[in-house]
Amino acid sequence: MSKPYLSLEQIDMVFSRGGASTQVLNQVSLDVDKGEFISIIGHSGCGKSTLLNIVAGLTEATRGVVLLEGAVVDAPGPDRAVVFQNHSLLPWLTVYENVKLAVDKVFSGTKSRAERHEWTMRNLELVQMVHARDKRPSEVSGGMKQRVGIARALAIEPKVLLLDEPFGALDALTRAHLQDQVMQIHTELANTVLMITHDVDEAVLLSDRIVMMTNGPSAKIGEVLDVPLVRPRRRIELVSDTTYIRCRSAVLKFLYERHRLVEAA
Amino acid sequence: MTASPVRMNPQKQQHTQAKVVTLSTPRSYVARRRFPQWLSTLAGHILPPLVTLAFLLILWEVICSSPTASVPPPSRVVSETWELIVHPFYVGQGVDQGLFWHILASLKRVALGYCLAAIAGIALGALVGQSDWAMRGLDPIFQVLRTVPPLAWLPLSLAAFKDGNPSAIFVIFITAIWPIIINTAVGIRNIPQDYRNVARVLRLNQFEYFTKIMIPAAAPYIFTGLRIGIGLSWLAIVAAEMLIGGVGIGFFIWDAWNSSRMSDIILALIYVGIVGYLLDRAIASIAKVVTRNTLSA
Repeated sequence: MSKPYLSLEQIDMVFSRGGASTQVLNQVSLDVDKGEFISIIGHSGCGKSTLLNIVAGLTEATRGVVLLEGAVVDAPGPDRAVVFQNHSLLPWLTVYENVKLAVDKVFSGTKSRAERHEWTMRNLELVQMVHARDKRPSEVSGGMKQRVGIARALAIEPKVLLLDEPFGALDALTRAHLQDQVMQIHTELANTVLMITHDVDEAVLLSDRIVMMTNGPSAKIGEVLDVPLVRPRRRIELVSDTTYIRCRSAVLKFLYERHRLVEAA
Repeated sequence: MTASPVRMNPQKQQHTQAKVVTLSTPRSYVARRRFPQWLSTLAGHILPPLVTLAFLLILWEVICSSPTASVPPPSRVVSETWELIVHPFYVGQGVDQGLFWHILASLKRVALGYCLAAIAGIALGALVGQSDWAMRGLDPIFQVLRTVPPLAWLPLSLAAFKDGNPSAIFVIFITAIWPIIINTAVGIRNIPQDYRNVARVLRLNQFEYFTKIMIPAAAPYIFTGLRIGIGLSWLAIVAAEMLIGGVGIGFFIWDAWNSSRMSDIILALIYVGIVGYLLDRAIASIAKVVTRNTLSA
Protein backbone atom coordinates (compact mmCIF):
# COMPACT_ATOMS: atom_id res chain seq x y z
CA MET A 1 0.00 0.00 0.00
CA SER A 2 1.26 3.46 -0.87
CA LYS A 3 2.13 6.05 1.73
CA PRO A 4 -0.74 8.19 3.02
CA TYR A 5 -1.14 11.68 1.55
CA LEU A 6 -1.20 13.40 4.91
CA SER A 7 -0.15 11.67 8.07
CA LEU A 8 0.00 12.74 11.68
CA GLU A 9 2.40 10.57 13.60
CA GLN A 10 2.21 10.32 17.37
CA ILE A 11 1.59 13.98 18.00
CA ASP A 12 2.09 15.09 21.60
CA MET A 13 1.42 18.63 22.63
CA VAL A 14 2.44 19.94 26.02
CA PHE A 15 1.90 23.54 27.02
CA SER A 16 4.23 24.75 29.73
CA ARG A 17 3.55 27.90 31.62
CA GLY A 18 5.90 28.69 34.47
CA GLY A 19 6.57 25.44 36.26
CA ALA A 20 3.27 23.79 35.39
CA SER A 21 2.77 21.91 32.16
CA THR A 22 -0.44 20.55 30.68
CA GLN A 23 -0.53 17.81 28.15
CA VAL A 24 -3.13 18.75 25.58
CA LEU A 25 -2.69 16.08 22.95
CA ASN A 26 -1.54 12.56 23.63
CA GLN A 27 -0.20 10.29 20.89
CA VAL A 28 -2.49 11.47 18.11
CA SER A 29 -1.91 9.52 14.90
CA LEU A 30 -4.00 9.80 11.77
CA ASP A 31 -3.60 8.99 8.09
CA VAL A 32 -5.56 10.93 5.51
CA ASP A 33 -5.89 9.93 1.86
CA LYS A 34 -5.93 12.34 -1.00
CA GLY A 35 -9.39 13.80 -1.60
CA GLU A 36 -10.71 12.63 1.74
CA PHE A 37 -12.97 14.82 3.86
CA ILE A 38 -12.17 14.30 7.53
CA SER A 39 -13.97 15.89 10.45
CA ILE A 40 -12.46 16.15 13.88
CA ILE A 41 -15.11 16.37 16.55
CA GLY A 42 -14.89 16.69 20.29
CA HIS A 43 -15.97 18.78 23.23
CA SER A 44 -14.46 22.21 23.63
CA GLY A 45 -11.07 22.14 25.27
CA CYS A 46 -10.11 18.79 23.78
CA GLY A 47 -7.32 20.34 21.75
CA LYS A 48 -8.86 19.90 18.33
CA SER A 49 -7.99 23.44 17.32
CA THR A 50 -4.46 22.88 18.57
CA LEU A 51 -4.28 19.80 16.38
CA LEU A 52 -5.38 21.79 13.35
CA ASN A 53 -2.83 24.51 14.12
CA ILE A 54 -0.12 21.85 14.28
CA VAL A 55 -1.11 20.57 10.84
CA ALA A 56 -1.18 24.16 9.59
CA GLY A 57 2.29 24.66 11.03
CA LEU A 58 1.14 27.61 13.13
CA THR A 59 1.91 25.69 16.32
CA GLU A 60 4.82 23.35 16.79
CA ALA A 61 4.08 19.96 18.29
CA THR A 62 6.08 18.95 21.34
CA ARG A 63 6.67 15.48 19.94
CA GLY A 64 5.63 13.73 16.79
CA VAL A 65 5.56 14.77 13.21
CA VAL A 66 3.16 15.80 10.45
CA LEU A 67 4.00 14.53 6.97
CA LEU A 68 2.40 15.91 3.83
CA GLU A 69 3.29 13.88 0.73
CA GLY A 70 6.24 12.53 2.66
CA ALA A 71 7.63 15.95 3.57
CA VAL A 72 7.81 17.16 7.16
CA VAL A 73 5.56 20.08 8.03
CA ASP A 74 7.42 22.53 10.25
CA ALA A 75 6.12 25.95 9.19
CA PRO A 76 2.90 27.41 7.84
CA GLY A 77 2.62 27.54 4.09
CA PRO A 78 0.19 27.91 1.23
CA ASP A 79 0.03 24.14 0.66
CA ARG A 80 -2.12 24.00 3.81
CA ALA A 81 -4.71 26.77 3.61
CA VAL A 82 -6.65 27.57 6.74
CA VAL A 83 -10.19 28.91 6.92
CA PHE A 84 -10.31 30.52 10.34
CA GLN A 85 -13.36 30.43 12.53
CA ASN A 86 -13.72 34.21 12.54
CA HIS A 87 -12.96 34.52 8.79
CA SER A 88 -9.83 36.70 9.38
CA LEU A 89 -10.40 38.85 6.35
CA LEU A 90 -8.37 42.02 6.27
CA PRO A 91 -10.90 44.81 6.89
CA TRP A 92 -9.04 47.45 4.88
CA LEU A 93 -9.19 45.37 1.70
CA THR A 94 -12.25 44.68 -0.45
CA VAL A 95 -13.58 41.17 -0.93
CA TYR A 96 -11.74 40.97 -4.23
CA GLU A 97 -8.49 42.35 -2.80
CA ASN A 98 -8.57 39.88 0.07
CA VAL A 99 -8.59 36.96 -2.34
CA LYS A 100 -6.25 38.71 -4.75
CA LEU A 101 -3.65 39.23 -2.02
CA ALA A 102 -3.39 35.47 -1.59
CA VAL A 103 -3.46 34.78 -5.33
CA ASP A 104 -0.80 37.42 -6.05
CA LYS A 105 1.48 36.03 -3.38
CA VAL A 106 1.19 32.37 -4.29
CA PHE A 107 1.08 32.64 -8.07
CA SER A 108 3.34 35.66 -8.57
CA GLY A 109 5.87 33.54 -10.45
CA THR A 110 3.59 31.24 -12.36
CA LYS A 111 0.60 33.29 -13.53
CA SER A 112 0.44 36.58 -15.41
CA ARG A 113 -1.41 39.59 -14.03
CA ALA A 114 -4.45 38.87 -16.19
CA GLU A 115 -4.43 35.21 -15.21
CA ARG A 116 -4.27 36.10 -11.55
CA HIS A 117 -7.29 38.38 -11.98
CA GLU A 118 -9.15 35.60 -13.81
CA TRP A 119 -8.27 33.12 -11.10
CA THR A 120 -9.40 35.48 -8.32
CA MET A 121 -12.72 35.97 -10.08
CA ARG A 122 -13.06 32.23 -10.71
CA ASN A 123 -12.76 31.55 -6.99
CA LEU A 124 -15.17 34.30 -6.05
CA GLU A 125 -17.61 32.71 -8.53
CA LEU A 126 -17.10 29.37 -6.82
CA VAL A 127 -18.46 30.78 -3.57
CA GLN A 128 -20.92 33.07 -5.38
CA MET A 129 -19.42 36.28 -4.11
CA VAL A 130 -18.71 38.07 -7.41
CA HIS A 131 -21.57 40.50 -6.80
CA ALA A 132 -19.87 41.82 -3.65
CA ARG A 133 -16.33 41.97 -5.01
CA ASP A 134 -15.87 45.67 -4.29
CA LYS A 135 -17.41 45.61 -0.83
CA ARG A 136 -15.36 45.67 2.35
CA PRO A 137 -15.73 42.79 4.81
CA SER A 138 -17.61 45.09 7.19
CA GLU A 139 -20.28 45.61 4.53
CA VAL A 140 -21.17 41.95 3.99
CA SER A 141 -22.89 39.41 6.25
CA GLY A 142 -21.12 36.85 8.41
CA GLY A 143 -21.91 34.03 6.01
CA MET A 144 -20.54 36.02 3.08
CA LYS A 145 -17.34 36.78 4.99
CA GLN A 146 -16.85 33.09 5.61
CA ARG A 147 -17.45 32.38 1.90
CA VAL A 148 -14.74 34.88 1.02
CA GLY A 149 -12.50 33.18 3.58
CA ILE A 150 -13.15 29.88 1.82
CA ALA A 151 -12.51 31.46 -1.59
CA ARG A 152 -9.22 32.84 -0.34
CA ALA A 153 -8.20 29.41 0.94
CA LEU A 154 -9.29 27.60 -2.24
CA ALA A 155 -7.62 30.19 -4.47
CA ILE A 156 -4.14 29.20 -3.37
CA GLU A 157 -4.82 25.59 -4.45
CA PRO A 158 -3.72 24.01 -1.19
CA LYS A 159 -2.87 20.34 -0.90
CA VAL A 160 -4.94 20.27 2.25
CA LEU A 161 -7.77 22.59 3.20
CA LEU A 162 -7.98 23.15 6.94
CA LEU A 163 -11.31 24.38 8.27
CA ASP A 164 -11.36 25.55 11.88
CA GLU A 165 -15.02 25.47 12.92
CA PRO A 166 -15.78 27.41 9.76
CA PHE A 167 -19.50 27.69 10.35
CA GLY A 168 -19.48 27.96 14.13
CA ALA A 169 -20.34 31.64 14.27
CA LEU A 170 -23.20 31.45 11.75
CA ASP A 171 -26.93 30.98 12.13
CA ALA A 172 -28.41 27.59 11.28
CA LEU A 173 -29.84 28.50 7.87
CA THR A 174 -26.68 30.21 6.62
CA ARG A 175 -24.67 27.31 7.99
CA ALA A 176 -26.73 24.76 6.04
CA HIS A 177 -26.34 26.81 2.89
CA LEU A 178 -22.57 27.02 3.31
CA GLN A 179 -22.29 23.32 4.11
CA ASP A 180 -24.00 22.58 0.81
CA GLN A 181 -21.60 24.88 -0.97
CA VAL A 182 -18.60 23.25 0.65
CA MET A 183 -19.92 19.82 -0.36
CA GLN A 184 -20.39 21.03 -3.90
CA ILE A 185 -16.87 22.45 -4.04
CA HIS A 186 -15.45 19.26 -2.58
CA THR A 187 -17.22 17.23 -5.26
CA GLU A 188 -15.94 19.55 -7.97
CA LEU A 189 -12.35 19.97 -6.87
CA ALA A 190 -11.82 16.81 -4.79
CA ASN A 191 -9.79 18.67 -2.15
CA THR A 192 -8.37 16.96 0.86
CA VAL A 193 -10.13 18.57 3.80
CA LEU A 194 -9.57 18.50 7.53
CA MET A 195 -12.41 20.17 9.38
CA ILE A 196 -12.78 20.94 13.07
CA THR A 197 -16.37 20.98 14.21
CA HIS A 198 -18.57 20.53 17.24
CA ASP A 199 -21.68 19.96 15.20
CA VAL A 200 -22.63 16.28 14.87
CA ASP A 201 -24.90 16.73 11.85
CA GLU A 202 -22.31 18.78 10.04
CA ALA A 203 -19.68 16.11 10.64
CA VAL A 204 -21.86 13.27 9.38
CA LEU A 205 -23.16 15.21 6.40
CA LEU A 206 -19.80 16.35 5.08
CA SER A 207 -17.25 13.74 6.09
CA ASP A 208 -15.87 10.52 4.75
CA ARG A 209 -14.49 9.80 8.19
CA ILE A 210 -15.16 11.35 11.57
CA VAL A 211 -12.33 11.49 14.09
CA MET A 212 -13.70 11.62 17.61
CA MET A 213 -11.48 13.07 20.29
CA THR A 214 -11.65 12.18 23.97
CA ASN A 215 -11.84 14.96 26.52
CA GLY A 216 -8.79 16.93 27.50
CA PRO A 217 -6.42 17.30 29.15
CA SER A 218 -4.32 14.71 27.40
CA ALA A 219 -6.87 14.20 24.65
CA LYS A 220 -6.39 11.41 22.18
CA ILE A 221 -8.31 9.96 19.28
CA GLY A 222 -11.10 7.92 20.79
CA GLU A 223 -12.65 6.46 17.69
CA VAL A 224 -12.64 6.92 13.95
CA LEU A 225 -15.99 6.43 12.28
CA ASP A 226 -16.41 5.71 8.57
CA VAL A 227 -19.37 7.45 6.97
CA PRO A 228 -20.24 5.20 4.02
CA LEU A 229 -22.85 7.51 2.53
CA VAL A 230 -22.77 7.90 -1.23
CA ARG A 231 -22.10 11.31 -2.73
CA PRO A 232 -23.64 13.61 -3.72
CA ARG A 233 -25.46 13.78 -0.43
CA ARG A 234 -28.69 15.67 0.05
CA ARG A 235 -29.56 16.74 3.56
CA ILE A 236 -33.29 16.22 3.15
CA GLU A 237 -32.97 12.64 1.90
CA LEU A 238 -30.44 11.83 4.59
CA VAL A 239 -32.79 12.64 7.45
CA SER A 240 -34.47 9.25 7.05
CA ASP A 241 -31.42 7.35 5.76
CA THR A 242 -30.55 4.45 8.05
CA THR A 243 -26.79 4.77 7.53
CA TYR A 244 -26.99 8.47 8.36
CA ILE A 245 -29.00 7.79 11.50
CA ARG A 246 -26.59 5.05 12.55
CA CYS A 247 -23.53 7.29 12.09
CA ARG A 248 -25.19 10.19 13.81
CA SER A 249 -26.14 8.14 16.83
CA ALA A 250 -22.66 6.61 16.97
CA VAL A 251 -21.13 10.08 17.24
CA LEU A 252 -23.76 11.24 19.72
CA LYS A 253 -23.18 8.16 21.88
CA PHE A 254 -19.45 8.76 21.84
CA LEU A 255 -19.78 12.41 22.79
CA TYR A 256 -22.60 12.26 25.30
CA GLU A 257 -22.44 8.77 26.82
CA ARG A 258 -18.85 7.68 26.94
CA HIS A 259 -17.07 11.02 26.90
CA ARG A 260 -19.51 13.41 28.43
CA LEU A 261 -17.96 16.73 29.33
CA VAL A 262 -18.37 16.85 33.10
CA GLU A 263 -17.83 20.57 33.62
CA ALA A 264 -20.37 21.46 30.97
CA ALA A 265 -23.22 19.71 32.80
CA MET B 1 -51.86 33.17 -3.81
CA THR B 2 -49.57 35.75 -5.35
CA ALA B 3 -52.32 37.46 -7.31
CA SER B 4 -54.36 38.71 -4.40
CA PRO B 5 -51.69 40.83 -2.67
CA VAL B 6 -50.83 42.39 -6.02
CA ARG B 7 -54.44 43.36 -6.50
CA MET B 8 -54.63 44.70 -3.01
CA ASN B 9 -51.60 46.93 -3.40
CA PRO B 10 -53.08 49.59 -5.70
CA GLN B 11 -56.04 49.87 -3.38
CA LYS B 12 -53.70 50.46 -0.51
CA GLN B 13 -51.78 53.02 -2.48
CA GLN B 14 -54.95 54.84 -3.40
CA HIS B 15 -55.84 54.89 0.21
CA THR B 16 -52.49 56.40 1.20
CA GLN B 17 -52.61 58.87 -1.64
CA ALA B 18 -55.95 60.10 -0.45
CA LYS B 19 -54.45 60.60 2.95
CA VAL B 20 -51.56 62.58 1.55
CA VAL B 21 -53.94 64.94 -0.22
CA THR B 22 -55.81 65.73 2.94
CA LEU B 23 -52.53 66.33 4.71
CA SER B 24 -51.25 68.71 2.04
CA THR B 25 -51.64 71.81 4.17
CA PRO B 26 -49.45 70.66 7.06
CA ARG B 27 -46.88 69.36 4.57
CA SER B 28 -46.40 72.74 2.94
CA TYR B 29 -46.21 74.18 6.41
CA VAL B 30 -43.35 71.79 7.18
CA ALA B 31 -41.66 72.69 3.91
CA ARG B 32 -41.84 76.36 4.71
CA ARG B 33 -40.23 75.68 8.07
CA ARG B 34 -37.44 73.46 6.72
CA PHE B 35 -35.08 76.24 5.66
CA PRO B 36 -35.12 78.10 8.99
CA GLN B 37 -34.72 74.74 10.75
CA TRP B 38 -31.55 73.99 8.79
CA LEU B 39 -30.36 77.47 9.58
CA SER B 40 -31.15 77.13 13.26
CA THR B 41 -29.12 73.91 13.47
CA LEU B 42 -26.16 75.78 12.02
CA ALA B 43 -26.73 78.71 14.31
CA GLY B 44 -26.94 76.30 17.21
CA HIS B 45 -23.35 75.28 16.50
CA ILE B 46 -21.94 78.68 15.68
CA LEU B 47 -23.74 80.92 18.13
CA PRO B 48 -22.50 79.42 21.43
CA PRO B 49 -18.78 79.88 20.64
CA LEU B 50 -19.46 83.36 19.26
CA VAL B 51 -21.38 84.35 22.36
CA THR B 52 -18.64 82.97 24.61
CA LEU B 53 -15.98 84.78 22.60
CA ALA B 54 -17.88 88.07 22.73
CA PHE B 55 -18.37 87.68 26.46
CA LEU B 56 -14.66 87.02 27.06
CA LEU B 57 -13.63 89.95 24.87
CA ILE B 58 -15.95 92.29 26.74
CA LEU B 59 -14.64 90.97 30.06
CA TRP B 60 -11.07 91.50 28.88
CA GLU B 61 -11.88 94.98 27.59
CA VAL B 62 -13.41 95.93 30.95
CA ILE B 63 -10.62 94.48 33.09
CA CYS B 64 -7.80 96.03 31.03
CA SER B 65 -9.50 99.34 30.25
CA SER B 66 -7.56 101.34 32.84
CA PRO B 67 -4.60 103.23 31.30
CA THR B 68 -2.24 101.71 33.87
CA ALA B 69 -3.11 98.10 32.98
CA SER B 70 -0.03 96.10 31.96
CA VAL B 71 -1.98 94.14 29.31
CA PRO B 72 -3.73 96.11 26.56
CA PRO B 73 -7.48 95.62 26.03
CA PRO B 74 -8.64 94.03 22.74
CA SER B 75 -9.55 97.35 21.17
CA ARG B 76 -6.00 98.63 21.67
CA VAL B 77 -4.53 95.32 20.48
CA VAL B 78 -6.39 95.71 17.18
CA SER B 79 -5.51 99.35 16.70
CA GLU B 80 -1.84 98.85 17.58
CA THR B 81 -1.38 95.77 15.43
CA TRP B 82 -3.50 96.93 12.51
CA GLU B 83 -0.42 97.28 10.30
CA LEU B 84 0.57 93.66 11.04
CA ILE B 85 -2.96 92.37 10.46
CA VAL B 86 -3.44 94.03 7.08
CA HIS B 87 0.11 93.44 5.80
CA PRO B 88 0.90 89.81 6.56
CA PHE B 89 3.04 89.48 3.43
CA TYR B 90 5.23 92.50 4.17
CA VAL B 91 8.90 91.91 3.33
CA GLY B 92 11.49 93.98 5.17
CA GLN B 93 15.08 93.75 6.34
CA GLY B 94 16.29 90.80 8.48
CA VAL B 95 13.66 89.75 10.99
CA ASP B 96 11.38 92.63 10.02
CA GLN B 97 8.92 90.51 8.06
CA GLY B 98 5.15 90.13 7.81
CA LEU B 99 3.52 87.63 10.17
CA PHE B 100 2.83 85.24 7.32
CA TRP B 101 6.57 84.82 6.70
CA HIS B 102 7.24 84.29 10.39
CA ILE B 103 4.61 81.59 10.58
CA LEU B 104 5.80 80.05 7.32
CA ALA B 105 9.37 79.87 8.63
CA SER B 106 8.13 78.14 11.80
CA LEU B 107 5.96 75.79 9.76
CA LYS B 108 8.91 74.84 7.55
CA ARG B 109 10.97 73.87 10.59
CA VAL B 110 8.07 71.93 12.04
CA ALA B 111 7.40 70.22 8.73
CA LEU B 112 10.96 69.03 8.38
CA GLY B 113 11.45 67.96 11.99
CA TYR B 114 8.03 66.37 12.15
CA CYS B 115 8.40 64.42 8.90
CA LEU B 116 11.74 63.04 10.04
CA ALA B 117 10.14 62.14 13.38
CA ALA B 118 7.22 60.44 11.61
CA ILE B 119 9.50 58.30 9.43
CA ALA B 120 11.94 57.40 12.19
CA GLY B 121 9.16 57.05 14.76
CA ILE B 122 7.08 54.63 12.69
CA ALA B 123 10.19 52.59 11.81
CA LEU B 124 11.40 52.40 15.41
CA GLY B 125 7.87 51.80 16.66
CA ALA B 126 7.50 48.93 14.19
CA LEU B 127 10.76 47.45 15.44
CA VAL B 128 9.77 47.73 19.09
CA GLY B 129 6.28 46.43 18.35
CA GLN B 130 7.55 43.47 16.35
CA SER B 131 10.47 42.20 18.35
CA ASP B 132 10.46 41.34 22.03
CA TRP B 133 14.19 41.84 22.23
CA ALA B 134 14.05 45.28 20.64
CA MET B 135 11.33 46.19 23.09
CA ARG B 136 13.24 44.97 26.12
CA GLY B 137 16.33 46.78 24.94
CA LEU B 138 14.84 50.05 23.76
CA ASP B 139 11.67 50.62 25.72
CA PRO B 140 13.34 51.61 29.03
CA ILE B 141 15.53 54.09 27.18
CA PHE B 142 12.53 55.54 25.35
CA GLN B 143 10.59 55.84 28.56
CA VAL B 144 13.38 57.87 30.17
CA LEU B 145 14.18 60.03 27.15
CA ARG B 146 10.58 60.94 26.41
CA THR B 147 10.28 62.71 29.76
CA VAL B 148 13.12 65.10 28.89
CA PRO B 149 11.55 68.51 28.17
CA PRO B 150 12.03 69.56 24.52
CA LEU B 151 14.05 72.68 25.31
CA ALA B 152 16.51 70.71 27.41
CA TRP B 153 17.74 69.22 24.14
CA LEU B 154 18.46 72.62 22.63
CA PRO B 155 21.88 73.39 24.19
CA LEU B 156 23.07 69.92 23.27
CA SER B 157 21.88 70.22 19.68
CA LEU B 158 23.32 73.74 19.37
CA ALA B 159 26.64 72.28 20.45
CA ALA B 160 26.30 69.47 17.93
CA PHE B 161 24.99 71.41 14.91
CA LYS B 162 26.64 74.78 15.69
CA ASP B 163 23.68 76.51 14.04
CA GLY B 164 20.24 77.59 15.15
CA ASN B 165 18.09 76.25 12.35
CA PRO B 166 19.12 72.57 12.40
CA SER B 167 19.02 72.68 16.19
CA ALA B 168 15.41 73.86 16.16
CA ILE B 169 14.56 71.13 13.68
CA PHE B 170 16.26 68.59 15.90
CA VAL B 171 14.25 69.79 18.89
CA ILE B 172 11.04 69.31 16.90
CA PHE B 173 12.21 65.87 15.85
CA ILE B 174 13.06 64.74 19.36
CA THR B 175 9.82 66.17 20.73
CA ALA B 176 7.51 64.58 18.21
CA ILE B 177 9.17 61.19 17.92
CA TRP B 178 8.25 59.64 21.30
CA PRO B 179 4.46 59.57 21.01
CA ILE B 180 4.85 58.29 17.43
CA ILE B 181 7.19 55.47 18.49
CA ILE B 182 5.10 54.46 21.47
CA ASN B 183 1.75 54.52 19.69
CA THR B 184 3.08 52.67 16.66
CA ALA B 185 4.54 49.99 18.91
CA VAL B 186 1.25 49.60 20.78
CA GLY B 187 -0.65 49.43 17.49
CA ILE B 188 1.61 46.73 16.16
CA ARG B 189 1.45 44.74 19.40
CA ASN B 190 -2.34 44.86 19.09
CA ILE B 191 -2.50 43.41 15.58
CA PRO B 192 -4.86 40.45 15.94
CA GLN B 193 -3.18 37.04 15.85
CA ASP B 194 -5.52 36.13 12.97
CA TYR B 195 -3.93 38.67 10.66
CA ARG B 196 -0.49 37.38 11.62
CA ASN B 197 -1.65 33.84 10.89
CA VAL B 198 -2.95 34.87 7.48
CA ALA B 199 0.45 36.39 6.73
CA ARG B 200 2.22 33.24 7.93
CA VAL B 201 0.06 30.90 5.88
CA LEU B 202 0.64 33.01 2.77
CA ARG B 203 4.32 33.32 3.67
CA LEU B 204 4.40 37.07 3.21
CA ASN B 205 7.95 38.37 3.48
CA GLN B 206 8.94 41.10 5.94
CA PHE B 207 8.36 43.91 3.47
CA GLU B 208 4.97 42.60 2.33
CA TYR B 209 3.96 42.03 5.92
CA PHE B 210 5.00 45.56 6.83
CA THR B 211 3.13 47.27 3.99
CA LYS B 212 0.10 45.00 3.63
CA ILE B 213 -0.69 43.98 7.20
CA MET B 214 1.26 45.93 9.77
CA ILE B 215 0.80 49.52 8.61
CA PRO B 216 -2.91 49.29 7.73
CA ALA B 217 -3.72 47.32 10.88
CA ALA B 218 -1.83 49.71 13.14
CA ALA B 219 -2.90 52.86 11.27
CA PRO B 220 -5.41 54.09 13.87
CA TYR B 221 -2.76 53.89 16.58
CA ILE B 222 -0.07 55.42 14.39
CA PHE B 223 -2.30 58.38 13.64
CA THR B 224 -3.00 58.91 17.31
CA GLY B 225 0.76 59.19 17.78
CA LEU B 226 1.09 61.49 14.79
CA ARG B 227 -1.61 63.78 16.14
CA ILE B 228 -0.01 64.05 19.56
CA GLY B 229 3.32 64.58 17.80
CA ILE B 230 2.15 67.52 15.68
CA GLY B 231 0.69 69.21 18.74
CA LEU B 232 3.92 68.83 20.68
CA SER B 233 5.98 70.03 17.69
CA TRP B 234 4.03 73.23 17.48
CA LEU B 235 4.37 73.71 21.23
CA ALA B 236 8.12 73.22 21.04
CA ILE B 237 8.86 75.34 17.97
CA VAL B 238 7.72 78.58 19.59
CA ALA B 239 9.94 77.99 22.61
CA ALA B 240 12.90 76.86 20.53
CA GLU B 241 12.68 79.84 18.20
CA MET B 242 12.66 82.22 21.13
CA LEU B 243 16.13 80.97 21.92
CA ILE B 244 17.63 80.54 18.46
CA GLY B 245 16.40 83.80 16.91
CA GLY B 246 15.94 84.46 13.19
CA VAL B 247 12.66 84.60 11.32
CA GLY B 248 9.93 82.60 13.02
CA ILE B 249 6.86 83.20 15.11
CA GLY B 250 8.69 82.26 18.33
CA PHE B 251 11.36 84.85 17.83
CA PHE B 252 8.73 87.36 16.77
CA ILE B 253 7.13 86.97 20.18
CA TRP B 254 10.47 87.25 21.97
CA ASP B 255 11.40 90.28 19.91
CA ALA B 256 8.07 91.92 20.70
CA TRP B 257 8.60 91.26 24.40
CA ASN B 258 12.05 92.87 24.26
CA SER B 259 10.53 95.95 22.62
CA SER B 260 7.52 95.88 24.99
CA ARG B 261 5.02 95.49 22.13
CA MET B 262 2.38 93.65 24.14
CA SER B 263 -0.25 93.94 21.42
CA ASP B 264 2.03 92.20 18.91
CA ILE B 265 2.52 89.34 21.37
CA ILE B 266 -1.21 88.91 21.80
CA LEU B 267 -1.81 88.91 18.07
CA ALA B 268 0.98 86.36 17.58
CA LEU B 269 -0.51 84.14 20.29
CA ILE B 270 -3.84 84.15 18.50
CA TYR B 271 -2.13 83.18 15.23
CA VAL B 272 -0.13 80.45 16.95
CA GLY B 273 -3.31 79.04 18.44
CA ILE B 274 -5.16 79.06 15.13
CA VAL B 275 -2.28 77.46 13.23
CA GLY B 276 -1.87 74.79 15.92
CA TYR B 277 -5.57 74.03 15.70
CA LEU B 278 -5.42 73.80 11.89
CA LEU B 279 -2.41 71.46 12.06
CA ASP B 280 -4.28 69.18 14.44
CA ARG B 281 -7.38 69.19 12.24
CA ALA B 282 -5.26 68.46 9.17
CA ILE B 283 -3.70 65.33 10.71
CA ALA B 284 -7.10 64.29 12.09
CA SER B 285 -8.75 64.50 8.69
CA ILE B 286 -5.92 62.60 6.99
CA ALA B 287 -6.34 59.95 9.69
CA LYS B 288 -10.06 59.81 9.05
CA VAL B 289 -9.55 59.18 5.34
CA VAL B 290 -6.74 56.67 5.76
CA THR B 291 -8.25 54.60 8.56
CA ARG B 292 -11.87 54.62 7.42
CA ASN B 293 -11.72 50.93 6.58
CA THR B 294 -9.42 49.74 9.29
CA LEU B 295 -11.41 50.04 12.45
CA SER B 296 -14.24 47.60 11.89
CA ALA B 297 -13.80 44.07 10.69
